[in-house]
Amino acid sequence: MINVSDILETVTMIQDENLDIRTITMGISLLDCCDSNISRSCRRVYDKITSRARDLVKTGEEIEKKYGIPIINKRISVTPIAMLAAASGGDPVEYALTLERAAQTVGVNFIGGYTALVHKGFAAGDLELIRSIPEALSRTEHVCSSVNIGATKSGINMDAVRMMGGVVKQCSELTADRDCIGSAKLVVFCNAPEDNPFMAGAFHGPGEPDCVLNVGVSGPGVVRAALAKSGDCSIDEVADIVKKTAFKITRMGQLVGDAASRMLGVPFGIVDLSLAPTPAVGDSVAHILEEMGLETCGAHGTTACLALLNDAVKKGGVMASSRVGGLSGAFIPVTEDAGMIHAARVGALSIEKLEAMTAVCSVGLDMIVIPGDTSAEVISGIIADEAAIGMVNSKTTAVRIIPAIGKGIGEELEFGGLLGSGPVMKVNTASPARFIARGGHIPAPLQSLKN
Amino acid sequence: MKAVITVIGKDMVGILAKVSALCARHNVNVVEVTQTVMQDLFAMIMLADISAMAVDFSVLVDEMESLGKELGLSVHVMHEDIFNSMHRI
Repeated sequence: MINVSDILETVTMIQDENLDIRTITMGISLLDCCDSNISRSCRRVYDKITSRARDLVKTGEEIEKKYGIPIINKRISVTPIAMLAAASGGDPVEYALTLERAAQTVGVNFIGGYTALVHKGFAAGDLELIRSIPEALSRTEHVCSSVNIGATKSGINMDAVRMMGGVVKQCSELTADRDCIGSAKLVVFCNAPEDNPFMAGAFHGPGEPDCVLNVGVSGPGVVRAALAKSGDCSIDEVADIVKKTAFKITRMGQLVGDAASRMLGVPFGIVDLSLAPTPAVGDSVAHILEEMGLETCGAHGTTACLALLNDAVKKGGVMASSRVGGLSGAFIPVTEDAGMIHAARVGALSIEKLEAMTAVCSVGLDMIVIPGDTSAEVISGIIADEAAIGMVNSKTTAVRIIPAIGKGIGEELEFGGLLGSGPVMKVNTASPARFIARGGHIPAPLQSLKN
Repeated sequence: MKAVITVIGKDMVGILAKVSALCARHNVNVVEVTQTVMQDLFAMIMLADISAMAVDFSVLVDEMESLGKELGLSVHVMHEDIFNSMHRI
């Protein structure tokens, strides 16, 4: 029989330490839905999504019952819509409304892929899609959008960076009556992965198969609890504990992914080895860092602790899964993490510190609330900095910041659910306007020449 | 196919009887039982064969959970695969 303490450990992890599967995300290719007529194209998109994902939610719930493990979200990612818009022309918002209808029909929590990949320049459909993002996100509830503006291989598209500063702001403005939720559903990427199951940045890359199932695991509470039990051990032991815990968490992700793909008859894609926090108490990445010995997340030493955590999670996880992909690393979304929210409220955590942290973990400046009067150029500057970190370090970075329209320092936004809530953080307002106005392209760095 | 039934809570008369009665009702064969006391808490773990079970797995899960609520204990039924995959390489 299985060891008693192992059984009790698993039960405690799930019952008391918030171990869960964050998401099973079905990636669906829409390439065969392209049509020169946008209404026909939308109808095919709707039909394909609703037939492929018809049993996704039901299957997720069956697996939850069978293994006793909560699956928090069921999601869908689709081919970047800009590619469909390129063929059909017309108003891309039609596609957003179609995705929304499909998401409601199958009952998923989010649908991602209102996306354009413009890291090297704009192709047909890209500019139209990017311009339509604010309207698309304000008129839908479940649709998520992302734009890839840079890559190690191709450099940074500064024209896109300039545009995105304004787009992020408009997303907030159009949803100012709903706590600016629009910009919480928009991610600006550098080196975006094509198989990421996490929102808001999930899309189904053009190199992916027709339909695939990706799994994102969670479990910061489990890691923190394991560290708490170990007391004042050396940092080597800390790394070891994280590694072992990550192994167990990931094995569970692999099991759920295998089961779901078998039940749905869809090939299993990847497990995303990520520590994804939720606003719930006891499910915080910041609290892991504090358990390592920091007074508050954001204190000097945070970047080092996070680097260790991120690396150990990957080392433990990679052996536990047959295929690893997506973002894979520790997430640091401010409003979605009780410890980060606290650190931001007491002023221990600044955007500059978060930027440094993004150099050693996945993913980037995530779910950060900034003053509503922050200029579009400053937002573009933030995006450019973050993209530069990703480009030079050959890693994914992203910006998901929320300008809180009509609010300033000391006030808060409240999104509810997994997106959480958070205080407006101080932004350096010195203007990068001249730099941003130049436009053009930052050439790919020497790191790109690996052949 | 086996399931692991865990019962955690305050010790009292008849826990084993009530849980096994529920198993018997659904033609679930109890293969092995282990009991331990951790601090003040009673922990019982049952390995049960569910290959000939008369109901859906989810029915057993729900009924065990409500039995747990009735007795003031936490009772969970989970497929053995989760433990095998998490704790064995």
